[in-house]
Amino acid sequence: MSPCTEIEEIEPEEISSPLEKEISRRSFLAASSVISAGIAVGLPGTLIAEDAHVAGGPHMMDVTLSINNQARHVSIDTRTTLLDLLRENLDLTGSKKGCDHGQCGACTVLVDGRRVNSCLTLAVTAQGAEITTIEGLGAPGSLSAVQAAFLEHDGFQCGYCTPGQICSTTALIEEVKRGELSAVSFETGSTAGPAITDHEIKERMSGNVCRCGAYPNIVAAVRMLTGGVA
Amino acid sequence: MNPFSYKRASTPDAAIHAGMPHGAKFLGGGTNLVDLMKDGVERPTALVDVNHIGLDRVEAADGGVRIGASVKNSDLANHPLIVRDYPLLSQALLNGASAQLRNMATTAGNLLQRTRCYYFMDTAFPACNKREPGSGCAAIKGFNRIHAVLGQTDEGAASGLTCIATNPSDMNVALYALGATVEVQSAKGKRSIPIGEFHRLPGTTPEMDTNLRPGELITAVTLPAARFAKNSWYLKVRDRQSYAFALVSVAAGLEMDGDTIKSAGLAIGGVAHKPWHSADAEHALAGRPANAETFRKAAELAMAGAKGYEHNNFKIELAKQNIVRALTVAAKGVQA
Repeated sequence: MSPCTEIEEIEPEEISSPLEKEISRRSFLAASSVISAGIAVGLPGTLIAEDAHVAGGPHMMDVTLSINNQARHVSIDTRTTLLDLLRENLDLTGSKKGCDHGQCGACTVLVDGRRVNSCLTLAVTAQGAEITTIEGLGAPGSLSAVQAAFLEHDGFQCGYCTPGQICSTTALIEEVKRGELSAVSFETGSTAGPAITDHEIKERMSGNVCRCGAYPNIVAAVRMLTGGVA
Repeated sequence: MNPFSYKRASTPDAAIHAGMPHGAKFLGGGTNLVDLMKDGVERPTALVDVNHIGLDRVEAADGGVRIGASVKNSDLANHPLIVRDYPLLSQALLNGASAQLRNMATTAGNLLQRTRCYYFMDTAFPACNKREPGSGCAAIKGFNRIHAVLGQTDEGAASGLTCIATNPSDMNVALYALGATVEVQSAKGKRSIPIGEFHRLPGTTPEMDTNLRPGELITAVTLPAARFAKNSWYLKVRDRQSYAFALVSVAAGLEMDGDTIKSAGLAIGGVAHKPWHSADAEHALAGRPANAETFRKAAELAMAGAKGYEHNNFKIELAKQNIVRALTVAAKGVQA
């Protein structure tokens, strides 16, 4: 059981849809399950409960996070990562957990427009920032340019890494517009406004791993979006 | 992960005060600390968030530059002053980690990165003197491909002192070649630590990575006036082309006078418990013509006394050849 099960969402902004009511119910059930975890030896969660007992129990905090332009008030264990909060408590399951150690990029989200690994971001540290997940970038029928480009170039196979790839690409485009450099910009001697070659794209996207190996098509999508040259 | 309290500090003084309890740690980007907390290697009882204490500026100072402790690696690498005057630092930073991690990681956090020794990072291995002083060293007779060949403590696998861990940072290697200084602050006041005295060799205390004292907060890193803006190169050799730690890396800076080297900065990463800075090699470069013979002599001096193990013997010659290569590229002035 991950620490996120000790989360309960408080004061949901608008509980209007049946889905959100369901989320709220689930959050309550999740919070309740922790109480039993300590005595239910052998069930997942025992480790956390023991851990908490030894060190004096979990530290809960009430925080307000702005996620996809919506204020979310939550009471969370300080150990909760942003990724676990999104997926397990707020039902924003687009962001994926691959390695949970900042090595695969499947959990990539935007914090104040910058791409970060949400699995290594403690949720309590994201207070005051604007968090954008794949759910906030577009929707069926109103895809973002990056989402459309991945569709057009078939930049995925199983799709598990795709939300991270798309969030990463969304930030990459802004980085390129700002003239930001990569290690390749130095190798090619183009530190004054690097041309976005495939070499640049591969370096700049290296924080997103695709186990299906859809890389050629991902590169093609990013190339189209950045006006790059192969 | 063990439970911890969390406090966001708003000033350095508040952070230092909040960080006083035993077991508290300052939290920067969290890319290394949170990762190690997940694995139970780090177990702080309190985290003090130092990302919002006004140390996020890069500014010209005293002929050089002053870099705030919480400046993100990506912002530092792309800062116009750094790109123009200290391209070696930009290049090193951009060779580290991924775009996502560079957006999170801070200057101070990068200085304090812990080793990626597999045995240190995995608590399933009981023997690690860095994690549990006195428990022995699983690496010395284990899979030691990424481990140290210089400055290590080698008294055998069972010894409570042995440690052949390496410092994993790219940024740190550039800071050694550039002659940086680390500014720290505590309840007792402020002090400045030359970068060469900031990190430690394992010696008899492998559990200690640095000479930071309890309660001290890193506030800034300063660089002296730029000497290598036109002639520098960061060369990183790794098992894949991007997003991997260095097997060997070289930060080379040359101050040129025509074809003659006026002064040099040279540091090697991936070979020791701290970036390996050889004053002998730098002296051997100064006043000499920039050619292969000069560079190879410096490489031999830099790696003098190196000792490898079953899986990392290759690093010694790899480092020498790449010192020559980095110096050769630096001398050509690609960045000019």
